[in-house]
Amino acid sequence: MKLNNELIEKSVPLLVVLTFLVISVGGLVEIVPLFFQHSTTQPVSGVKPYDPVRLAGRDIYVREGCYVCHSQMIRPFRAETERYGHYSVAGEFVYDRPFQWGSRRIGPDLARVGGRYSDSWQKAHLLNPRSVVPESNMPAFSWLDRPVKADGIETRMEVLRTLGSPYTDEEIAGAGAALTGKTELDVLVAYLQGLGTAIPGSEPPLAGGAGDGRQ
Amino acid sequence: MSDFVSDSWHYYVAGLVVLSLIFCAWILISNMTRRKPGPVELQDHVWDETLQEYNNPLPRWWLYLFWLTLAFAVAYFVLYPGLGRWQGKLGWSSSGQYKAEVATVNEQIGPIYRKFLSQDVRAVSLDPEARAMGQRLFLTYCAQCHGSDAGGNKGFPNLTDSDWLHGGEPENIRTTIENGRIGVMAPFGEALGSENVKDVANYVRSLSGLAHDALRAQRGRQVFADNCVACHGPEGKGNQTVGAPNLTDRTWLWGSTEATIIETVTYGRVNQMPSFKTLLGDEKIHLLTAYVLSLSAGKDAQTR
Repeated sequence: MKLNNELIEKSVPLLVVLTFLVISVGGLVEIVPLFFQHSTTQPVSGVKPYDPVRLAGRDIYVREGCYVCHSQMIRPFRAETERYGHYSVAGEFVYDRPFQWGSRRIGPDLARVGGRYSDSWQKAHLLNPRSVVPESNMPAFSWLDRPVKADGIETRMEVLRTLGSPYTDEEIAGAGAALTGKTELDVLVAYLQGLGTAIPGSEPPLAGGAGDGRQ
Repeated sequence: MSDFVSDSWHYYVAGLVVLSLIFCAWILISNMTRRKPGPVELQDHVWDETLQEYNNPLPRWWLYLFWLTLAFAVAYFVLYPGLGRWQGKLGWSSSGQYKAEVATVNEQIGPIYRKFLSQDVRAVSLDPEARAMGQRLFLTYCAQCHGSDAGGNKGFPNLTDSDWLHGGEPENIRTTIENGRIGVMAPFGEALGSENVKDVANYVRSLSGLAHDALRAQRGRQVFADNCVACHGPEGKGNQTVGAPNLTDRTWLWGSTEATIIETVTYGRVNQMPSFKTLLGDEKIHLLTAYVLSLSAGKDAQTR
């Protein structure tokens, strides 16, 4: 058979089928296998599902659009690991739905910001960045010092459990209580302080199976 | 061992890739027609009444470029990972490239770091090259809290004076950077009541010669003796082993106004310097210690 334009252009169903086949190859080869790889589906040792407080903080992070200016993805270049710590690995993000890798760095990368600053620095900085870093161009999030909305946190955790985060019934039942008395600032700082802390420091060798996808 | 959960994924990926390449080659071969002699063939379509398209063979140069990309793809899959679990003849990986990059740079700058590491911190703090390196490290890792001029901020200590919460000896500074510090002042609001807090705040102001209510300061002296001396000492000179500030000098971490002191006493303060041991390592901490030491060299706490 000779596949020429006459054959394809005169049969719309054949055109549709062939077009679909061609454009699906990329996804079938590059995306689908990712769901069946150890390094992308198993958590790095130490990575746990977000507890209710950090989960609520993560929602604030998404709501305020932090990902627009901050990435959470340290690339394997020396210039990045010198500043931020060990490069990010896929197994750190298995409970991130959706992930917050971001694509722009107007501010610094936050993948390992956990523990880099004190809670009081984070709070002062979020409410008014210029109060601690005069050169900063980050907007002030002055409204965050208000109670966090706790309703719906159980539902969110249940949805995440369906997607694969291993929450127990007790954890979900106690979620609302864990948020009482907390401000949006508290939960956001709790989220930030947990970022990237499963892999300590900048020393490359990683224990366990989920290193860099090559074993 | 493969990263895939089952070997079939290796065959799935490799098979699809190889099939795609073969498909592309087949498309090219099946379209490699030469131009026939005689008039040029026209396509059947007619647009706008008279507009028709030649059915010329593909241009040769374009066809050869396509073959070239196919050859490139084959060579790439031989040399680099891509065909399922095949790791490529070159053994390339992003983490391997990263390690090579780090090793190359370490080879270049390692001797400089080691040279300073073998010297005493005080000697390093006098070396202009070491100070320049230390400043660059400081601007990367420390300036966010302590300020790019190391002048500190409310709640974040000024490093350019010679007043130290946890000690200014090289060993103290190194410990602070390595392990971090947690400074805690307990809240006294409920235990003392607002009147006593106000009295003791006035007494604290009197210690460093600031304007104060003499009567309240007089009453505050006893409150201070009963509650504060454990950490700040009987004369309010502080205690560096617990990180309690000296209250008799002119350096204030949180502020010296009566309102601020009342806030500090009532609600307490919790302050933290994070640990940088794993992130920075010995060589950088040595240089940073020397740089911080050099900032306050020859300065007197009372003059600031």
